[in-house]
Amino acid sequence: MQIEPRENISPWRVIFAPIAAIIIAFILCAFLIAWTGEPILESYGYLFKGAFGSRFALSETLNRATPLIFTGLAAAVAFRAKFWNIGAEGQLYFGALAATILGTGAITLPPLLMIPFLFVAGAVAGGLALLGPVFLKTTLKVDEVVTTLLLNFVILLFVNFLLEGPLKDPMSLGWPQAASIIDEGVLPELMARTRLHIGFAIALGASIFIWALMRYTIWGYEIRAVGANPNAAKFSGISINKTVFLVAMLSGGLAGMAGITETAGTKGYLTLDLSPGFGYSGIAVAMLANLNPLGVVISAVFLAGIYVGADSMSRAVNIPTYIADVLVALSVLSVLVSLLFVQFRVRWR
Amino acid sequence: MDWVELFISAGFWAATLRIAAPLIFGTIGELICERAGVLNLGIEGIMTMGAMAGWMWVFQGGSLWGAVLFAAMVGGMFGLLHAILTVHLGLSQHVSGIGITLLASSLSYFLFRMLLPNTTTPPKITSFQPLDIPFLSDLRFFGEAFFSHTALTYLALAIIPIAIYLLYRTPIGLATRMAGENPVALEAQGINVLMIRTGAVIVGSAMMAIGGAYITISAFDAFFFDMINGRGWICIALVIFASWKPGRALFGALLFAGLDAFQVRAQQLAGGDIPYQFFLMLPYLLSIGAMIIISKRMQYPQALLVPFRRGDRI
Repeated sequence: MQIEPRENISPWRVIFAPIAAIIIAFILCAFLIAWTGEPILESYGYLFKGAFGSRFALSETLNRATPLIFTGLAAAVAFRAKFWNIGAEGQLYFGALAATILGTGAITLPPLLMIPFLFVAGAVAGGLALLGPVFLKTTLKVDEVVTTLLLNFVILLFVNFLLEGPLKDPMSLGWPQAASIIDEGVLPELMARTRLHIGFAIALGASIFIWALMRYTIWGYEIRAVGANPNAAKFSGISINKTVFLVAMLSGGLAGMAGITETAGTKGYLTLDLSPGFGYSGIAVAMLANLNPLGVVISAVFLAGIYVGADSMSRAVNIPTYIADVLVALSVLSVLVSLLFVQFRVRWR
Repeated sequence: MDWVELFISAGFWAATLRIAAPLIFGTIGELICERAGVLNLGIEGIMTMGAMAGWMWVFQGGSLWGAVLFAAMVGGMFGLLHAILTVHLGLSQHVSGIGITLLASSLSYFLFRMLLPNTTTPPKITSFQPLDIPFLSDLRFFGEAFFSHTALTYLALAIIPIAIYLLYRTPIGLATRMAGENPVALEAQGINVLMIRTGAVIVGSAMMAIGGAYITISAFDAFFFDMINGRGWICIALVIFASWKPGRALFGALLFAGLDAFQVRAQQLAGGDIPYQFFLMLPYLLSIGAMIIISKRMQYPQALLVPFRRGDRI
C-alpha cells in the first residue's frame, strides 16, 4: 500500500468528502441504535427535530454553539501553528472567573462599555491561564500537551475552592455558586423569549476576524509558516518563540471569551458545571472544520445540534445521551480520514 | 497521627503501591508506543474503556483473569485503530490520539448506560482479593505494606523487568527502539517499520487498558463515570519524566503515587486549615514540576511524531 499526493485537488472532493464522512459516522452509529432496539430513522428524526425542528430548538442549538465557536477557534488557531493547546477548558473557567470578579459589582459601566469590557477581561484571563505552559514551552521545551491538560484539573479545583470560599454567593443557600453578573453586563437576548444572546453574534464576528487575521496579515502568515515547517520559518527570519507566544495568547483569549458568554449570557453566574466540556469539544469542532476559522462556525452549530438533539431524542426514545459523544467522536475520526483522501490517493500494489 | 508516623505507617506504603500499579501499566504502555515512534494520546480513553470492559466482563459472570484479557483485547483494538490512522495513513498523532480518547471514553459510557440502564448506585463485583503469601504476609510491618496486595499489583511490578528485558535484550526490542530512533535504517535491514510500529501501539494500548481495568477490578469493585480522572495524562507526563526508560518509569510512578498517598493523609492532618482542593491539585502540579526538572536532560526518541512512508528519502 502506497500513499501518494494527488496532483490536482478537485474542489468537489473538498466539499463532499467531509459530508460523506459524516454520513458514514451516522451509519456507524445506527448500528448502536439498532442494538438498543429503537427504530433508527425515527430516532434520528427526533435528533434532527430536537436540534433544528422549531424556533426554540434552533435557539437552543445556536446558544450551545456560541461557546463552542470560541473554544473551536481557540483550538483551530493553536493547532494551525502546531501548538497543542488542550487546555481550553481551564482557560474558559479563567475567563469566567474574570467575569465574576469584575462583573458582579466591582466595576459598573453602562452596558455599551460593560459588555466589551467583560469580553476583554475574559480574553486577558484566558491568555494568562496559558502563560505558564507557553513560557515553559519556549524556554525549556516542556511539552505543552501535558502542561495544558493537567492545568485543566488544577484550574477546576481552584474554581471549586473559590466557589466554596471567597467567591461564594451568600444568597445561594449552600450551593457552590458565585454572585450574579450585574444587569449592565448581562448579554441581551438575540431572539425574543429564548436563551440565545448576542454572544452568538460576537462569536460570528470573532470567527470572521480570525479568518481575516490568518489569511491577510503578516501575523497570520507567520503562524501558518511556523505550523507548516518551523525550520523553514526560522530560516526566513520568523521568530518561532514570538509566534508561538502570540498564538498562545490568541488561543487562550478566545477560550476565555467562551467563559464570558456562559457567565454573562447563558447562565448569569459562575458554577462548577458552567461548562459540560466545551473546552474539549472545541478540539472536535476545530478538527471537523479542518482548522478553518469560518468552518468552525458550521461545525460548532453541527456539534451543538447533535448535543441538543440527543437530549431531546433520549427523552423520546430509550437511547442514552452519550450517543451524542460517540457520534461526535466518530465524525471527527472519519472526517480526518476523508480529508486525507482529499489530498492523497492510495495505490495498492 | 503525626507527620513522621505517616511515613512509617504500613497503610501509607500499601496505598502507594496500590496507586502506582495502574500508572505503571499505563506508563509502560505509553512508553512502548513512544519508543516505537508513536505518541498515543488515546491513553485516557483507552484506560476508561479498559476500566469499563474489565468490570463489565466480571459483572456479566466472567472470571477476573478473563476480564484482564478482555480489557487488553479491547485496548489492543483501539491501538490498532490508532496505528491504522497514524502509522499507515500518516495522520497527525496528536489529532488522531485525541480522537481515539473521545471515541473510547464516550463509547465506554454509552455501553455502560446501555447495559445497565436503570442503576443509580453503581453495582459491585467481587474484585481481586489480596494474595496470602505464606510467611511474608504475616510479617509485622512489611507484611501489611508490601505483601498484602492483589495478584494484579504484583503483575504490575513484574512487567517492568519484562519490559526492560524485551526492549534491551531481544531482537524485537531492538527493532522497536530503532523504529522510534531511525526507521530508515531499520527498513534497510529488511524489517517492516510499519508492522513493528503497529505491533508496539497494539501491545502498548493493551497495557493501558489493563491499567484501567486494574482500577475497577482490583483497586475498587465498581465502575464510576470520570473514574480515570486524568490518570492517562499523568502517565504521559511520567513517560517524559522517565526519559523513555522503563526503570525510571517505575521510580516515577512510585514517587508520584507516594506523593498522592501522602496528599490524602496530609489533608486529614491539616484538618481544614488548608482547603482540601489544594491537596488535590498537588499530583497535577507535581507532574508539571517533574517535567520542568527533567526538561534539560530530555532524550526523546528521534523519530517520535514523524510518520514513516516506505521509500521516503531523508
